[in-house]
Amino acid sequence: MTVVNEWAFIGVSMAVAWIFPALPLVVSWIFRPRRPNAIKMATYECGVETVGDTWVQFKVQYYLNGLVFLVFDVELIFLFPWAIAYSQLDFFAFGAGLLFIFLLTDALIYAWKKNALEWQ
Amino acid sequence: MEAQCINTLETLAPCLVRGGMDPGLAQFLSIAAGVLIVSGLPLLLVIIFIWVERKIAARVQDRLGPNRVGPFGILQNIADAVKLIIKEDITPAGADRLIYTAAPIVAMLSVILIWSVVPFTPIHIGADLDIGVVYVVAIGSVGTLAIMMAGWSSNNKYALLGAFRVVAALVSYEVPMIVALLIPLMLAGTMSMQGIVEAQQGMWFVISAPIAALIFYISNMAETGRAPFDLIEAESELVAGYNIEYSGMKFGLFMASEFLHSFTVNLLFAVIFLGGWSGPFVHQVPVLGVVYLGIKSIIPYIFTIVFRSTVPRVRIDQMMAFNWKFLVPVSIVNVLLVAFVLKVVQELGLSPSPENVHDFAANLPQTAILLVTNLLMGLVTINILRNAGRRERIADQNRALRGAERDSAIVPTAIS
Repeated sequence: MTVVNEWAFIGVSMAVAWIFPALPLVVSWIFRPRRPNAIKMATYECGVETVGDTWVQFKVQYYLNGLVFLVFDVELIFLFPWAIAYSQLDFFAFGAGLLFIFLLTDALIYAWKKNALEWQ
Repeated sequence: MEAQCINTLETLAPCLVRGGMDPGLAQFLSIAAGVLIVSGLPLLLVIIFIWVERKIAARVQDRLGPNRVGPFGILQNIADAVKLIIKEDITPAGADRLIYTAAPIVAMLSVILIWSVVPFTPIHIGADLDIGVVYVVAIGSVGTLAIMMAGWSSNNKYALLGAFRVVAALVSYEVPMIVALLIPLMLAGTMSMQGIVEAQQGMWFVISAPIAALIFYISNMAETGRAPFDLIEAESELVAGYNIEYSGMKFGLFMASEFLHSFTVNLLFAVIFLGGWSGPFVHQVPVLGVVYLGIKSIIPYIFTIVFRSTVPRVRIDQMMAFNWKFLVPVSIVNVLLVAFVLKVVQELGLSPSPENVHDFAANLPQTAILLVTNLLMGLVTINILRNAGRRERIADQNRALRGAERDSAIVPTAIS
C-alpha cells in the first residue's frame, strides 16, 4: 500500500474507533430504565453531603511533576531520528547525540537536587 | 489469481478493480474491511481476556473463578455485559455531561487504535506507518487523557484526586518507556512496526537488549495500572478512583478498556522485543504468524496477571521515586552504554550487514557483546542498590539508637 493509503487507514480507524465503543452505550440507552431522583444523582461521598466545588486548586506537586515530564518527553522526541539513523552516523553526529543525552541527565540531576522529584 | 483474491486484504482492491469497480471506491472498500477487522477483533477478544484474567487471578488466590455460565464459565462476561447494558445509567447532578459521556469512549478508542499498527503476519497489518512507534506512544497517551476527562467531569473529589494521581504516575512512567524504546530503534534502524519485526528475524531484541526490555515491561505494567502500580483504584484510599461516579455500560467500557490495554501492551512487547510474528515456516504460511504472535504475547501477559494477584500495592511516593530515581536513570545509562558499545561493534565490523541480518549466526557476535554489556550493567546496578539500601538501614538504626539514648537521658530529668 502507498503512504497515502496507510494514513487513510488510520483516518478511517479513528472514525470507527469512536463508533465501536459508542455502540454498547447506544444499546444500553435503548434498554436501560430511567428513574432519576435528586438523591440518586447526588455526588457520591460515602453518605455525607459534599461541601463546596470539586474544581479547586490542586497541589503544586502535580504541576512540578508535569513540568519535569514535559522537559523529558519533548527532548526524547528529538532522540528518535538519531536512533533511527544510528548505523549511518559518523562519530561527530554520534557524539552530538551522546552530548544531548548527557544534558538530559544533567536536567534530571538538577531536578533531583532541587527536590522536585520528592513526593510531598 | 482467484485464490489470492480471497486470501489477503492486500489484494482485495486490485481484485475489485478487475471485477470492474471504480478504483477509488475499491480502495476505500478494502481499507474499510481492514479497519473493521482490526478494530472489531480487540472488542471480541476482550471478552476472552477478562475471562482469562479472572480465572488465573482466582487460581492464584485459591478460588474457582467464574464457572457457572457456559463451559468453564467462559460466557460469564457476556452475561456481565448484558447485565451492564440493562442497568440504569446515572450521571451525577454537577457533572460535565459531554465530557462525562465521551471519557469511556476515548478510553476504549485509545486501546483499539493501537491495534491498527500491530503486524499480525508478514503481510497482514492494518497500516504499516513509517512512524509506527511514535504513533503507538502518542495513542497510548490518549488513555491518560480519558482518565483525566473522567475524573474532572465527574464533579467528585475522590474521582478528581484519583485522576490526578493516575495522570501524574502514568505520565512519569512514559519517560523510561520511551528511553527504553530507543534501543530497539537503534538496532532495527526503523520506526515501522513491520520493519522492527523484520529486523528480529535473526535475533530477538530481548536477547540483545534485556535491560531495555525489562524497563519497557515494567513501565508498561505501570501504564496499564496493574499491581503493584494499581494506584488507579486504591480502594482503601480513593474508594474507586477516577471512575467512582460511573455506572452501567460506561463503567463497563472503562473496565473493558483496562483489561484490553493490559493485553495490548504485552502484544506490543511481543512485537518490539520478542520478534512478533517471526517463527519457522512463517513466510510460506503467513497465517502461522498470528499463532506465534499470540503465544509470544500471552506468555508475558500471564506473568502480568500473576504479578497483579500476588504483589502488594506501593504508595504513591514510592511509585514516583521508583520511576524518577531508579527507572529513568537506569534507562538513560543503558542507552548511553548500549549506544557506545554498539558503535564500537559496528566500527569493528562485527555487526551483521544488511544482507545477512536475517541470519542467526551473523547476529551472534553483536548480540553476545550487547548481552554481556547488559548483564554487567545489571550486576553493577544491583550492587549499587544493595549498597544504598545497606547504608540507609545503618543510618536508620543509628538514628533510632540516638533517639533512644536521648529519650533515656531526658525522661528521668523530666520526672525529677
